[in-house]
Parts: sequence; C-alpha cells; structure tokens
Amino acid sequence: MQDAAQYTLEEPGQGEGADGTRLVLSGQLTLAAIAPLERELAGLTGAISIIDLAGVDEIDTVGAWMVCRVARGHGADITGASAAAERLLNAVRGIDASGDTGPQRPPIWERVPIGVGEQVYESRSGVYKVVGFLGQILIGVGGLVRHPSRFPVKALVHQMELVGVTSLPIIGLMSFLIGIVIAQQGSVQLQQFGAEALTVNLVGRITLRELGVLMTAIMVAGRSGSAFAAQLGTMKLTEEIDAMRTIGISPIEALVIPRILASTFMMVLLGFYASVVAIIGGAVVGDLTLGIPFWTFLERIRDVVPEHDLWVGLIKAPVFGLIVALAGCYHGLQVRDNSEEVGRRTTMAVVSAIFTVIVLDAFFAVFFTEVGWG
Amino acid sequence: MTDHPADEAPPIVVEGLANRFGDFVVHEGLDLTVRRGEILGVVGGSGSGKSVLMRSIIGLQEPSAGRIEVLGKTITGRDPDSDFGVRCRWGVLFQGGALFSTLTVGENVEVPLKKFFPDLSPALRREIACYKVILSGLPESAVAKYPSELSGGMKKRAGLARALALDPELLFLDEPTAGLDPIGAAKFDRLTRELKETLGLTVFLITHDLDTLYEICDRVAVIGEKKIIAVGTIPELIATGHPWIEEYFNGPRGRAAQATHGRNQAEAGK
Repeated sequence: MQDAAQYTLEEPGQGEGADGTRLVLSGQLTLAAIAPLERELAGLTGAISIIDLAGVDEIDTVGAWMVCRVARGHGADITGASAAAERLLNAVRGIDASGDTGPQRPPIWERVPIGVGEQVYESRSGVYKVVGFLGQILIGVGGLVRHPSRFPVKALVHQMELVGVTSLPIIGLMSFLIGIVIAQQGSVQLQQFGAEALTVNLVGRITLRELGVLMTAIMVAGRSGSAFAAQLGTMKLTEEIDAMRTIGISPIEALVIPRILASTFMMVLLGFYASVVAIIGGAVVGDLTLGIPFWTFLERIRDVVPEHDLWVGLIKAPVFGLIVALAGCYHGLQVRDNSEEVGRRTTMAVVSAIFTVIVLDAFFAVFFTEVGWG
Repeated sequence: MTDHPADEAPPIVVEGLANRFGDFVVHEGLDLTVRRGEILGVVGGSGSGKSVLMRSIIGLQEPSAGRIEVLGKTITGRDPDSDFGVRCRWGVLFQGGALFSTLTVGENVEVPLKKFFPDLSPALRREIACYKVILSGLPESAVAKYPSELSGGMKKRAGLARALALDPELLFLDEPTAGLDPIGAAKFDRLTRELKETLGLTVFLITHDLDTLYEICDRVAVIGEKKIIAVGTIPELIATGHPWIEEYFNGPRGRAAQATHGRNQAEAGK
C-alpha cells in the first residue's frame, strides 16, 4: 500500500497558535487501510488537543468514525478537514456505538439452570402441543367426514406418489440387499448345524414379520418424514400457512391429513413390497450358494412361513406410517423465527419418528407372541 | 477525493444482455450504462425483469448472452461463487432485506467486514457495525436483535446497514422504500442522497416509488419490451412521448409526486 494511513505527533509550539500536541493524520483513512493505524492510535496515551486532517487523501465513514473516536477519547478538536471529510464527520459524530453486536446472553451460571428449566417447561408444553395437534387432526377428519367435497383428493394422490411411487427404486434396492445379507450370513451360521435348509424359514419369517416393514419405516422417515417437516416448516416461515388460514383453508385439512393418509396407506404397500423383494434377494443367494433352486426357494416360503407372519407385518406397517407422518407434520408446524429452526425441527422429526417406530416395534413383538402369533 | 484513472470508466456497462428461461424471454439486446456518481432509478412494469437485470449485474444470474462489466471487471461467464474482485466494492440490498436469520443485526453487518478485512480489530469492527446500523436509521437497541424480532421496514434498514458495511463505491437497492411508511421512506431517500453525496456512491436503484424517482434519482431507466426503452431525467423521459412512460409519470400518482417535488424545490429555494 503506497499511501497507507499514517500519523505523526507534533509537540506544542510547532503548530502556529496551538497549545497542545497535534496529531497529524495523512494518507488514506479508508476501511482497507485503517487496521494498522487504528491499533497504533489505540496505544497513544499522551494528551492530544488537535487532530489535523489536512494531509488526508481519502476518507470514508470508517476513517471519519475513527477520527471522531480519537477526538472524543482525548477531548481534541479536529481541523483541516476537507468539505467531504467534514460531511462524513458530521454524519458519524454524536453516534454512540458502544453497544454489543452479539446476542444478549446471561452469564453461564445463569444460562445452564435457565436452559434446564426451559427444557422441563418445554417438555410439559410439548405434551400439550402434541395432544392439541392430535385433537386438531381429529377435528380435521371430522370436518372432512361431514363435508366430503372438501377432501383434498389431488393433494392426497400427489403425496401418495411422492411417498410411495418415487421411493420404489430405493426401497427395492435396500430390501434386495437386506435379503441377500440375511440369507448369506444366516446360511453360514446354520451350516454349522447342518441346517442350511432352514435359511428359507429365516429369510421368509424375519422379512415378513420384522425387517421388511421396519426398514421401510426408517427409509420413509428419512425420505418423507423429513420432507414433511422441512416443507411445512418453510411454509410456516414464509407465512404461507397463515395465508391459508386467512383464506379459510385449514392447514390441517389441506396439508396434514393428505400427508398422514398417504404415508399410512403407502407404508402398507411399501412394507409388503419390501418383504417380497427381500425374499427374492434371499432366493437369489439360495440359488447361487446353497444349491436351492430359485423357484423351489419361493415355494418353500409358502410352506414354512405361517400366514399370521404376513399379518403381523401388515398390521404394523400403517401404524409406523402414521407415526412417521405425524412426527414430520407436527415438527414442521412447530417451526418459527428462522431457517435454523427448520433444520432443527427436521432432525427432530426424523429422530423421534425412528425412535418411536423402534419402541413400538418392540411392543408389537411381545404382543403378537403373547397372542399366539409367535 | 482522488479518482484513479482506471475508475473514470462507467461503473456498470451492460451490452446486448439476453435472459431467457426456456421459451420465456425476459431480456433481449438490453444495453445500459451507469455513470459514476449518479443515482440511476430503474422502473418498469411488474414482471418486466428489473430484478433479473440486477441479479445479472451482480453475478447471481448467468445471462443467456451479452456482456456485463462492473467496476472494470467482466462479470459474465464466471462462477457465481467466485470473487470477481469487486465484491468488496459493492453493497447489495435485497427486496426483503435477506438478513442472515441466525445472526443478530450487528453480526449481520460484521459478516462482510470479517470476510474482507480480517485484520480489523474486533472492537473497531463492532463499533463500525454499530454506527452503520444507527446511520441506517435504526435505534441502537436493534443492534443485538435477531431479524425475526424486527418489522419489515426495520429489516430493510438493517439490510441497508449490511450493504453499506464496506463503504462501497456501488450500491444496489432493490425496492428500498417499498413497505416503508411515508416518513420512513422520505428519510430513506434523504439517507441515500446523503450517502451518495458524501461518499461519491453510484447507486443502482430499482423502485416503484415515484417520490423516490423525483427526489433523488439523477437519471431514470425504463425497462419494457425486453430492453431499456429510454434513459434520462424525468422531463427527458416524458419528452420521448412513449405511451407507457407517459402513463407512468402522468398518471394521478405521477402528478402528485411531481407536485410534491415542485413544492419541496420551492421550499428549498426560499
């Protein structure tokens, strides 16, 4: 920088008619060049009575601000300012910029208990809100039953396509690979007892009862639950949801119910589809490594898998779909204030959906065994 | 203020700009030159491509054809995230303010300072942020607030504070006075004028506010029919006799704004 900001100090008596130390600034008093000068000036301790700007080539508001700051700190007068500099000085003079730009935060020993308290309070109001949300949905369903013409058919079909049809490839691939892994790993273990023929039982029962539906629920939570939360959250931020309310469209009826229905219904189909594809994956392994022909494997499935295994899976599927959609929509509608909240709520939607699904799955496992569908 | 010879060139030159979205043509063969140190108002009907023009000039929208030069640097044909070497010399105010919602107003203003001048001392940076916010017409208490706690007009002012953070040579304002109360809008106009005169700013101003056009714009460019129909002072524009311009400036609102302007001029003359 050839003409960086510089300063010199002239002692009393040198300047004509001056009775104190004179700070002479020169060069460029602009944002780009000011950082070093600012640091040096902050270190000046002696009294300064006059600041001379006659040698300044260029000045912007940052330069003017700094000059004002020094002048205020030392009680100095400013001379030699050009017309432009004078305007800038007048613009920034008298502004008190001592405030802190950061958010106002209490000290840490207050912040921690406040945080804990808020969490507790929030969990209580969270329960109220969830119950309220479920109530709103019931009211929405009631409204749709009384006025079937209001039913959002288009939205429902669109959501079914998004949740169901477009996820067929990824869920198919995932299930196929899971079938392969179960058959391959299972056969290795069963071979130790000479029971590799039971691989068919293992693959058939575990996919129809548990894994087909469970893995699909996790995939739908990640794919669609997160999409529900993010989309509704963004609509909340952009006031689209408020706009719907003022027009008289209930967001629950128009947005939430189609998503819940689509997710609940498509989970049944997707869960069944996933189980079937997983069995096909198992059959491929059987054909290639166990010497069980592909079609024989599929026929054996019918003999060794009891019919109630299919029902166990199909009863769980809509419940899981409902959980995923409820979590996604609930958290989406809880978004307020800023974009960070959208991300936070989307994460919460997926995590709470998957967690709830797995807990419920454990209850279902015990329940179905107790009722004799073991 | 000393001007470098290279800076004598016009700060914005647009030549043969074309923007097409599929079959939809927004601009075709648009030429525009902004002179140094002027406030250029850009007007046009809704959907005539004012914002698209601004996005093209600031490098957010790659045009289908044409050449754009800003502060002597070519903008077209570059990655929108690359540093054109001019980003630290311009400030942009978006329509809704476009503040970073997870930062306070003051921190928003500090972002460009931190990015381009990391060696600035934190204390000075905070002070700069603070006085810019106050200069933009916000109370000091707004500095530590989050954008979600501000009203629409306050967000706009906070956005202006961020646009001015670097004392830019070139300022882009997208409908700065839309949504402000008349008192606030008049203050905003005065502030823009003041900044232009003290800092030698060049301002590219998109607006529908006829008062703003009359009060502070040196020249006005009219967008329509996919190009700039005319550029000039308001009397020059009216003299072209173009029907849209005629309707725009001689409509009831246009005449009211003109009358106000005349009154203000007379008062200033006394």
